[in-house]
Amino acid sequence: MSSRQFVALCLVPLAIFALTFLALPLVRLVLASGEGEAGWGIYWQILHTPRYLTTLVQTVLVSVCVTIAALVVSTTAGLFLTRNRFRGRAVLLSILTLPLAFPGVVVGFMIILLGGRQGLFNTIFPGHVVFAYSIFGLFLGYLYFSIPRVLLTVMAAAEKIDPALEEAARTLGAPPHRVLRDVLIPALAPALVAAGAIAFATAMGAFGTAFTLATNIDVLPMVIYTEFTLSANIAMAAALSVLLGIVTWGMLFLARSFSGSTIAAGG
Amino acid sequence: MGKALQLAVTLLAAAFLLVPTIQSVLAGVTVNYFQGISSGLTLDWIGVVWELYASSIFLSLGIALACLCVTLVIGVPAAYALARNPGRLSRAVEEFISLPLAIPGLALALALLQLYGSYKGFRMSWTFILVGHVLYTLPFMVRSVQSVLAAIDLKTLEEGAATLGAGPARRFFDVVVPNALPGILAGALTVVTLSIGEFNLTWMLHTPFLKTLPVGLADSYASMRLEIASAYTLIFFVMIVPLLLAMQWASARAQQITK
Repeated sequence: MSSRQFVALCLVPLAIFALTFLALPLVRLVLASGEGEAGWGIYWQILHTPRYLTTLVQTVLVSVCVTIAALVVSTTAGLFLTRNRFRGRAVLLSILTLPLAFPGVVVGFMIILLGGRQGLFNTIFPGHVVFAYSIFGLFLGYLYFSIPRVLLTVMAAAEKIDPALEEAARTLGAPPHRVLRDVLIPALAPALVAAGAIAFATAMGAFGTAFTLATNIDVLPMVIYTEFTLSANIAMAAALSVLLGIVTWGMLFLARSFSGSTIAAGG
Repeated sequence: MGKALQLAVTLLAAAFLLVPTIQSVLAGVTVNYFQGISSGLTLDWIGVVWELYASSIFLSLGIALACLCVTLVIGVPAAYALARNPGRLSRAVEEFISLPLAIPGLALALALLQLYGSYKGFRMSWTFILVGHVLYTLPFMVRSVQSVLAAIDLKTLEEGAATLGAGPARRFFDVVVPNALPGILAGALTVVTLSIGEFNLTWMLHTPFLKTLPVGLADSYASMRLEIASAYTLIFFVMIVPLLLAMQWASARAQQITK
């Protein structure tokens, strides 16, 4: 066997698997979305049915808020951890990246422990402080798993910034907020766009967290789930999935063209 | 921004992530969480969880190991082939198999159900869940191995072995695989960690008789008292945190090579 043949042979298992369990199912999913009563008009129907439209708007709004919050929190923490060496830094960094391996359901449970009926806030503060099952709880859940993802992307970029740039700006008399605005933010811009896209895409598609917290909130993954299981509206579930998949893939594609790396979506 | 403010934000974020995990650990070993720690500490809840969910824990471990084997068999040779032919086509292949990272698991699971849901024998077996896990974890194995192989001088090494008379298969097993080991290790730990924690695909693919650990977790969050849900989460943490730390260590080590 020649070297070329052997290398080609090495790709055969991957080709078989990817064709059978990735390419064909995705084609089937797209076709299934057009097999309902409305045919391909189903995509038009999504935009003209108030319930789906509200869901779309609500999902995008929550995801945008999470993205902004995660960027602010993680950039601040990331810059601080890159710029300062102190005792306990490694521990702090571990704590901040730990939730990377938590499934969305566990993140949901973490929010229940904070804001549920037996939660920390309801125990500490007088009165009825239960927010776990509201849209705010969902926001916190998404923020919980976005912080580590954004932090890692920002820190990787921050470590590459030449400290001399910042020093030069300071020597020239720039106050801290000007250094941030004119030196750090522009240098971090590609990483911030990438991290933001990752946070947005992850929040859009997060099923596990929504499954635990959002029994009464219409967000896209929950609506897909109920269309499929309760209403047995397969075509609509498929169409919404296609829409969701295109949005999240598009966002992550954008992220990659800016930073050259991906962190898995999940949650 | 003042340093104090930056520190405050960092600490607040860490507290936000850490406090509920501590709560969950405490609740899992407290007699009555509503009354507080003063009601006493106990391992009874862990015992209850073990009775109720041991099978789902073992199922998850089994699927994770099977997933590791499949991703090794498919992923390592593929990574080698991609590293040998760097170019637009390889990029496209990598991009395509990475789709499961970008498309939400729920959508992928629906796609699998649409196509294979009517094959009952396959649909009802654990291999259906395995397919979902392999889809999701395979890109990590391929990328991890490929990035190590791209960093070493594969061509010279292989040419050396070829001059000594080693055929392509021999070169793959005796030269390529040993050199790729740091990448294989990092990929393997990532695959196992992600497989054990996978929920989004698994929730749609599982059957009432085949519940994985995270599916069991969702079940306990919905229907069990807080102490049992917490004890189960505690068991999950004990499994996943060491894996995560090992994965981060192995990935950092593999990255040293690529630099």
